[in-house]
Amino acid sequence: MSDQTHARSEHDIAPGDEEQHSVGERVLGYVVGLALALLLTATSFFIAGTDLVWQPSIPVALIVLAIAQMGVHLVFFLHITTGPDNTNNVLALAFGLLVVFLVVGGTVWIMGHLNQNMPPMDQIMPMRR
Amino acid sequence: MSMTATAGRAHADPHHIGLVVEHPGPAPKRTVTAYGFWVFLLSDIVMFSCFFAAYAVLADQTAGGPKGSEIFEQRNVAIETVCLLLSSFTCGMASIAADVRNRFWFYLGMAVTCMLGLIFLAIEFREFADLVARGYGPSRSAFLTSFFSLVGCHGLHVSAGILWLLTMMAQVFAKGFRADVLRRMMCFALFWHALDIVWVGVFSVVYLLGSGV
Repeated sequence: MSDQTHARSEHDIAPGDEEQHSVGERVLGYVVGLALALLLTATSFFIAGTDLVWQPSIPVALIVLAIAQMGVHLVFFLHITTGPDNTNNVLALAFGLLVVFLVVGGTVWIMGHLNQNMPPMDQIMPMRR
Repeated sequence: MSMTATAGRAHADPHHIGLVVEHPGPAPKRTVTAYGFWVFLLSDIVMFSCFFAAYAVLADQTAGGPKGSEIFEQRNVAIETVCLLLSSFTCGMASIAADVRNRFWFYLGMAVTCMLGLIFLAIEFREFADLVARGYGPSRSAFLTSFFSLVGCHGLHVSAGILWLLTMMAQVFAKGFRADVLRRMMCFALFWHALDIVWVGVFSVVYLLGSGV
């Protein structure tokens, strides 16, 4: 294993590393990411407290905004791109996301149905006696 | 290096069919280290997803205790969010400074990152202490247990990150921008950015969804 820092042309790129850019371009990338993330955060906090929009749409809007902001962080801060030198990083991320969605989605789905199919606690307690 | 490259090319086309696969050899250590750390971060995010799932299931099980909308203060959460977001930005500035080996901007970026992280932790600690003092500790209801474990786990990660941050400043001070120090710095930046991604999920799912419903 060689210890070269910048021999990247023919290799995959490390997560978090960018292709060769000047310092100004890299700083600009972070500034754009920060501006987008601040905009999405402000929108989230505004949507959560407002009564200007149809109320049942608020949870969906919050989740969409959160996923969008995670995408902004991944692209502008962690530099995960669709380039061919980033394939390994994207594949690992895709597998991680699969497990996350299985865990969260599966738990919410199953436990939600369990809650619906169970009688309320005050009816269960007398049955135990 | 050139010896192995030639040998690799000969092995790549043993039957001389003309399809030579260019084999560049093992990836640089920087790539391998960062990739391994990336896989660790993803497994850390999978662990957080279990806490999120537990919170989503238990959010309504208040056992007669307070609901989320009664104990969350959105102003504090907004300040915490802005702190972490800005600290992610300054951490990025510090890693650029480390790549171009500029000590002044590196120390400045890391110090600002540390300050913002400490402000975040102070606000979170005050929120927790306030809840416990009002009798709404983690043992009050299943909702509060899942709330404290999810948000507290993120807070523990931020605390560990700040210790790591101070270690990186000390290592740059003592050893300079050596290749191994730069690899650790890259892993730290990945860790800090990943924590900010987890916080996006926390403030959206726990605080904003929880205070609305």
